[in-house]
Amino acid sequence: MSLRIVVAVKYVPDATGDRHFAEDLTTDRDAVDGLLSELDEYAVEQALQIAEAADDAEVTAVTIGPEDARGAVLKALQMGADKGVHVEDDALHGTDIIGTSLVLAKAIEHIGYDLVVTGMASTDGTAGVVPALLAERLGVPQVTLLSQVEVTDGKVSGRRDGDAASEQLEASLPALVSVTDQSGEARYPSFKGIMGAKKKPLETLDLSDLGVDAAEVGLAGAWTAVEEAAARPARTAGTIVKDEGEGGKQLAEFLAAQKFI
Amino acid sequence: MAEVLVYVDHVDGAVRKPTLELLTLARRLGEPVAVHLGPGAEQAAKVLGEHGAVKVLAADAPEFADYLVVPKVDALQAAAQAVDPAAILVPTSGEGKEIAARLALRLGSGIITDAVDVEAGADGPVVTQSVFAAAFTTKSRVTKGVPVITVKPNSAPVEPAPAAGAVEELAVTFGELARGTKVVSRAARESSGRPELTEAAIVVSGGRGVNGAENFALIESLADSLGAAVGASRAAVDAGWYPHSNQVGQTGKSVSPQLYIANGISGAIQHRAGMQTSKTIVAVNKDPEAPIFDLVDYGVVGDLFQVVPQLTEEINSRKG
Repeated sequence: MSLRIVVAVKYVPDATGDRHFAEDLTTDRDAVDGLLSELDEYAVEQALQIAEAADDAEVTAVTIGPEDARGAVLKALQMGADKGVHVEDDALHGTDIIGTSLVLAKAIEHIGYDLVVTGMASTDGTAGVVPALLAERLGVPQVTLLSQVEVTDGKVSGRRDGDAASEQLEASLPALVSVTDQSGEARYPSFKGIMGAKKKPLETLDLSDLGVDAAEVGLAGAWTAVEEAAARPARTAGTIVKDEGEGGKQLAEFLAAQKFI
Repeated sequence: MAEVLVYVDHVDGAVRKPTLELLTLARRLGEPVAVHLGPGAEQAAKVLGEHGAVKVLAADAPEFADYLVVPKVDALQAAAQAVDPAAILVPTSGEGKEIAARLALRLGSGIITDAVDVEAGADGPVVTQSVFAAAFTTKSRVTKGVPVITVKPNSAPVEPAPAAGAVEELAVTFGELARGTKVVSRAARESSGRPELTEAAIVVSGGRGVNGAENFALIESLADSLGAAVGASRAAVDAGWYPHSNQVGQTGKSVSPQLYIANGISGAIQHRAGMQTSKTIVAVNKDPEAPIFDLVDYGVVGDLFQVVPQLTEEINSRKG
């Protein structure tokens, strides 16, 4: 039987751009060009590698977001995913983490899965909790923050490198895994991949397709509220000296004056 | 007075510093009640009581070590039901955030992660976060359920505040999913003997300019002269010069020490995201145009192979 892999991806404002908040204190998605979150490229890569190692597998990339967010799914298709799903609905604007996990879980159930693969965090919100929330909602084992992963005989196993220890984990499918940036370099789409992606199925769904009540999501339905967002005050210009042979001593003098020595 | 749950991060009963910082924040919101899972509750309770825990809810079972995350969520859920807390504070870490998230969902609560400050407010705790690679500071609130908040290390001082800290047993029933992900084996990280990166008061980091694994000895010597932790930029880690566990930046650790010394690090956004909230920032870099110099309180434009050894020697001689 075919191994059904769903990889969740996010379209984010480029982290190297000058990111801002919009007037309603949501992330301003117009100010900076968007792209597939770099950390999700690792998820797509591992999903593809697991699919390639299986006899028969299908990889579906799923995202939530406004029209542009389609770009994240398209990139995954270019890299080699078989089909895409884009959940788009005006009611989603301002949805927080809890709401995002609800819609994603519904979409993943709609697609059907044996294995869900995600990145470790998005590069915009950076909370890194959607994988755990998805596992809780789907009621499947969470095998998360893996730097190495493999699927054999209906089991997923992998290595989780934590602060205090490195752990070898194992769970039965269906399961959810998240992978870190240490899991292996993501491939670049080939020219053939880019051309072929245009012909791959990309389904667009709205909240009613998933049976989600609009009141449960969006800014009004959020479980948290951002009340203030202020640009961090620019750091006051520091002292910069050119090393003329005494740079180390001058620096020690500064550190002593600041009572670090 | 309302009770505030604090999840205890510990190693066999040795309480890690970020938990004590959480007790400081919890006292602003109510009476701290610590939740200790695994061995060593009596040992931990002494320290937790000294820092304000009115009681310590303790549970020990092999499941906490043998299975990932979920058994701890079951226990915290039981604690939340026993106490009816005004807020739940969890230290920010990979595991801490996962526990907090699942707990929030079960309790029907909102969650805010990576707080750098928490204050009491008229409508519940006001949570400060540093976002978009620390370019913005936000203040937020949880608007549904019991606020579940994860707090980054070094976000509050450790303050003595003697309280009872009496140990009470917490009854935990494990759910169906508790044994879903088995920890087949565990290899403890070798200790460097230096402070934990995220907890350290001083961090000394090296980047591309260090130019080789063997040259990290220079960075380590400087760190040791200051009793500091050692960090590395993504460039240095990707080159294989230093372990990923020491990476500072968006995909590594986020640090907020009193002093951060960047050596041979240009200061790309990836790196800044992990260190920009440091109190005092110092850099040594041969390129006067390096963006790191926009952040510094003190910068030396020069060759780190000259400047760093001289600095280390000067510090060691001043310490005498």
